[in-house]
Amino acid sequence: MDDEWQRASAALVNFMADKLICRHLNAYYNYGQIQGLRNVDLKVGANLVTAIIGPSGCGKSTLVRCLNRMHEEVPGATVEGQVLLDGEDIYAPDIDPARIRRRIGMVFQKPAPFPTMTIAENVAAGLRLNSARLSRAELDEIVERSLSHAALWDEVKDRLDEPGVSLSGGQQQRLCVARALAVEPEVLLMDEPCSALDPISTARIEELLLELKESYTIVIVTHNMQQAARTSDYTAFMYNGELVEFGDTRQIFTNPSRPETEDYITGRFG
Amino acid sequence: MNITQPQHTNRQYEEDLRGLRAGLIKMGGLVESQIAEAIEALVQRDSAHARAVIARDAEVNRMDIEIDNRCINLLALHQPAASDLRFITTGLKITTDLERIGDNAVNICERALELNEEPQLKPYIDIPRMASIAQSMVKDSLDAFMRNDTKLAQQVIARDDEVDRLNYQIYRELLSFMAEDPHKIGLATCVLFVSKYLERIADHATNIAEMVVFMVEGKNIKHMDLKHEQ
Repeated sequence: MDDEWQRASAALVNFMADKLICRHLNAYYNYGQIQGLRNVDLKVGANLVTAIIGPSGCGKSTLVRCLNRMHEEVPGATVEGQVLLDGEDIYAPDIDPARIRRRIGMVFQKPAPFPTMTIAENVAAGLRLNSARLSRAELDEIVERSLSHAALWDEVKDRLDEPGVSLSGGQQQRLCVARALAVEPEVLLMDEPCSALDPISTARIEELLLELKESYTIVIVTHNMQQAARTSDYTAFMYNGELVEFGDTRQIFTNPSRPETEDYITGRFG
Repeated sequence: MNITQPQHTNRQYEEDLRGLRAGLIKMGGLVESQIAEAIEALVQRDSAHARAVIARDAEVNRMDIEIDNRCINLLALHQPAASDLRFITTGLKITTDLERIGDNAVNICERALELNEEPQLKPYIDIPRMASIAQSMVKDSLDAFMRNDTKLAQQVIARDDEVDRLNYQIYRELLSFMAEDPHKIGLATCVLFVSKYLERIADHATNIAEMVVFMVEGKNIKHMDLKHEQ
């Protein structure tokens, strides 16, 4: 069984290119006074779902926010080390962070639709910000496709002109997924995307992840270990700003190599 | 479930795992005594004793169901992972092996009752030897389980060849008895069955030992011959 997994995962790793590579990544808050990440080395395979798990405050969110240059938006926050997207350092001086964020989309923990916009406008918001000139028909098509991908279309197709905030929490989160997908990113970062969703909506998002990974590379931060186990190909366990263990999800959840991982996933932590 | 690990944050979970462990140890103890008594009943030609062993099998079966339920509840309610998952799946599998060992003890007693209806074919020599190895394999596989002792588990697995060898030796010997005197075929077949049951008991002990290695190390060491072929 182990050998089979090892062979399968080795074959997968050889076949799939690394979409994102973190090298010696350190992240700080408060002008270097607080270290959020400690020398993280991580490879995110293309068209795979990579889950990041770990207790609160371990650096999961900091790590994903470093992957699309969101971390530096926090006043006093800094990053050292490299993040390579298709081999290109996204922290190189000539790189425009906005361009990176278009290629690496993000869905946050709390659904935050733009309050003054309708459902349709919310989905198209990213397209407008990215200054694409699109016809009404093209926009409509993208809105429908994105909402369908986010498993929301059937519920909102007759009320696209209503405010985004009129939707339920679960629907709002799927609206945010649709908004992220509308700009057709290459990588989708999801920070606790299901923490506000009921089990059915959660199952839909998880199902969605499996569909989306055919076209996108997905990194998901989750507190729900079963969600990581169900949805991801690879799992990274973080603790205290460090990447403690990274490996095939099946291996991590049946036979992790590090005792810290073992204690965390079996519920023996603190 | 490793006793040296820290306890689970969820106390109910910790308690349920401990309950499963205790249940398996209790069932193992009962099954061990069932084999010992079955052999005693056979060798001493004690039919009353044999019937008592047969009657006690209901208790083994009850424990088997109870342990299955404990495992299923743990899987359903706690979504176990890593060493806990391996412990629970090991529990599910070894309870089946223990139950079958219990059945084999019953089978030995059933054959003993048949054998007791006629004069003894010949004094038992190899059967008690085989029984004592099989018994020690069951005992050690359960000790290995209790102590997370993979070294002991490997020793159990190694001992299985000796039982297989004795089983074959008994078969050859009984075959010549039957060839000499066809009237003895009935009795000789009964003894042959006993030998086979003991060989099966050793196989179940081997399964338990293999599961102990899986539980402790996460390595599946079953059917290694197949793995080499692949």
